[in-house]
Amino acid sequence: MAQQTIARFEIGYRRCLGPDGAAAGGLPDFARDAATLIALYRAMVRCRAFDAKAVALQRTGRLGTFASSLGQEAVAVGVAAAMLPQDVLLPSFREHGAQLWRGVTPLELFLYWGGDERGSDFAAARQDFPVCVPVGSHAPHAAGVALAFKLRREQRVAVAIFGDGATSKGDVAEALNIAGVWQLPVVFVVANNQWAISVPRRRQSAAETLAQKAVAAGIPGEQVDGNDVVAVREAAEAALARARSGAGPSVIEAVTYRLSDHTTADDASRYRDDAEVSRHWPEEPLLRLRAHLAAAGRWAKADEERLLAEVAAEIDAAAAAYLATPPQAAASIFEHTFATLPAELEAQRAAVLAEAPATPAVAAG
Amino acid sequence: MAEITLVQAVNLALARALAEDERVLVLGEDVGADGGVFRATDGLLARFGEARIVDTPLAEAAIAGLSVGLAAQGFRPVAEIQFTGFIYPVIDQLVNHASRLRTRTRGRLSCPLVLRAPCGGGVRAPEHHSESPEAMFAHVPGLRVVIPSSPRRAYGMLLAAIRDPDPVVFLEPTRLYRTLREEVADDGAAAPLDRCFVLREGRDLTLVAWGGAVRDALAAAEALAKGGVGAEVIDVATLKPLDADTILASVGRTGRCVIVHEAPLTGGFGGEIAARLAERGLLSLLAPVERVAGYDTVMPLPRLEHLYLPNPARIVAAARRALAYA
Ligand SMILES: Cc1ncc(C[n+]2csc(CCOP(=O)(O)OP(=O)(O)O)c2C)c(N)n1
Ligand SMILES: [Mg+2]
Repeated sequence: MAQQTIARFEIGYRRCLGPDGAAAGGLPDFARDAATLIALYRAMVRCRAFDAKAVALQRTGRLGTFASSLGQEAVAVGVAAAMLPQDVLLPSFREHGAQLWRGVTPLELFLYWGGDERGSDFAAARQDFPVCVPVGSHAPHAAGVALAFKLRREQRVAVAIFGDGATSKGDVAEALNIAGVWQLPVVFVVANNQWAISVPRRRQSAAETLAQKAVAAGIPGEQVDGNDVVAVREAAEAALARARSGAGPSVIEAVTYRLSDHTTADDASRYRDDAEVSRHWPEEPLLRLRAHLAAAGRWAKADEERLLAEVAAEIDAAAAAYLATPPQAAASIFEHTFATLPAELEAQRAAVLAEAPATPAVAAG
Repeated sequence: MAEITLVQAVNLALARALAEDERVLVLGEDVGADGGVFRATDGLLARFGEARIVDTPLAEAAIAGLSVGLAAQGFRPVAEIQFTGFIYPVIDQLVNHASRLRTRTRGRLSCPLVLRAPCGGGVRAPEHHSESPEAMFAHVPGLRVVIPSSPRRAYGMLLAAIRDPDPVVFLEPTRLYRTLREEVADDGAAAPLDRCFVLREGRDLTLVAWGGAVRDALAAAEALAKGGVGAEVIDVATLKPLDADTILASVGRTGRCVIVHEAPLTGGFGGEIAARLAERGLLSLLAPVERVAGYDTVMPLPRLEHLYLPNPARIVAAARRALAYA
């Protein structure tokens, strides 16, 4: 007997705004409201200003190694904008835009990237996870958070964001699989920026899309133009609604481009053609939404100038506050190792204190 | 002969091994065009080609598992794990497979692989980039664990590790990558993988260290010398198998010992050395063994890592306690 086809799949691609800002197909309802679009635009501008300041601080020796999200702002902002406050975000290390949207402050982000643990003790978004540096290892956490929601019958969703490189890790495959089996309320977002440090996307997986990694887990996956914040938000809203209604997990592959070096410790010119980067600049997300708003008569030069000034003032103030924040007290390295310090560690703490009496007391902020 | 850094010495040894033995392969994340995030594999892709300098997908467990398969087939994989913070998924492959394939098959299959990884703190690196997990590996039967602390030893010990018929975890102290230069002859000569190195002789006290802490021990010895104290400094460049004889002989002469390591105190490899002293050197000890180590805390982020790491002042203080003990 001839072989039969027993499974088929298709991967859709979603785009709402083309690179020139013109609507490419139907717009979602939220995109008809200029104030909503302006809020998204503002968040991306704020993220970019934060990024630029962080890079500048690092270059002058005042911040640690930093991973810029230049060019990828629409992924982080679009996804976060689709979330509700009670949902839980599990970012990797390039999702500043999502963290900022959810109320993590620029000061907290500066502290974290400046090497101070207090930067992960968010005043808002108390249940959001901190930055995850070991690539992809937070994907199973998202499944666990989602399982907790499911067990407690809460209408909440866990959202993990990770890169194209992360999809090669077992952790990610395992998380997708479990989420599928148990139909967990979780959304996995692949921020495919085409590079994992020096390894290009095509050397990461032979699969045509990364979205189709969902297929093997029995869950829906789609690709979206990751430089189109409207499309990202629309896709994320659909996935979150699905998860919230009990219909299970999904994968969104947001196709974007890393316009910056991998981090401030990286020199991408060793492995990446400048011409490739230049080719991607016209597709960057801020340009596109600004053009769309301008064409609709909702954004003028004065609006842009006002926004840039406002955002710069906020970021500059946060940077100044960061630079003025004294390090934690010496004994803080023992704090939070356990809920209560075991007696054995008291002796070690005393040794640190004896050595560093001059370290200032814990400072505010 | 030019003076080169430790990371250049690693590069030199890799190039030498690749040139002299076609079974040698280098694999890992960003080891190709990028030349490794620390440039340890710089230039190797151009010289030896894609078949031998292999950029892998981002998958540490697979890098180790792949190396087991390659090694069992007679290749000599030298895998790079980008930072020790990302080495933990590899432990399954090392513990359950690499370290015991020879035992399980009564020698029919073996695992001549090298797993290289930068280790340790002191370079203001991001979270998870400053770990010192050497004791975890030293606890695994069948694994050799090596941590060179100078360019010359890095060169000779890496060649020895690659030529060794069994799996070797080869940890490279990040803070020493570029901080000291030494003349290194590219003569293909291996350094022993079962020996401690006495870096400085002294009659009054023995300082035992490895990795980045060796430089601190040497600085402490220098400071102690100004006060008329002769400190012997031993670099335990191979933790496993441990050359306890060299340490015991030294402490047999000095009667006092300070062990220094960056890893947390409890369960650290210093405890093993202290146990050897208790077992075989107790009667020559004139003072309790001192340990200067990282604390039993999570490695702090860069702003406070200097408080966590052993430093010459802490070592000198411990040495003075040992010397003052009557
Ligand atoms: C498990 C693990 N391996 C290696 C690294 C070092 N590293 C940091 S980012 C990165 C590439 C990640 O690529 P991708 O997942 O595409 O995310 P992107 O950096 O592009 O945002 C690597 C290899 C790490 N942080 N974690
Ligand atoms: Mg990427």
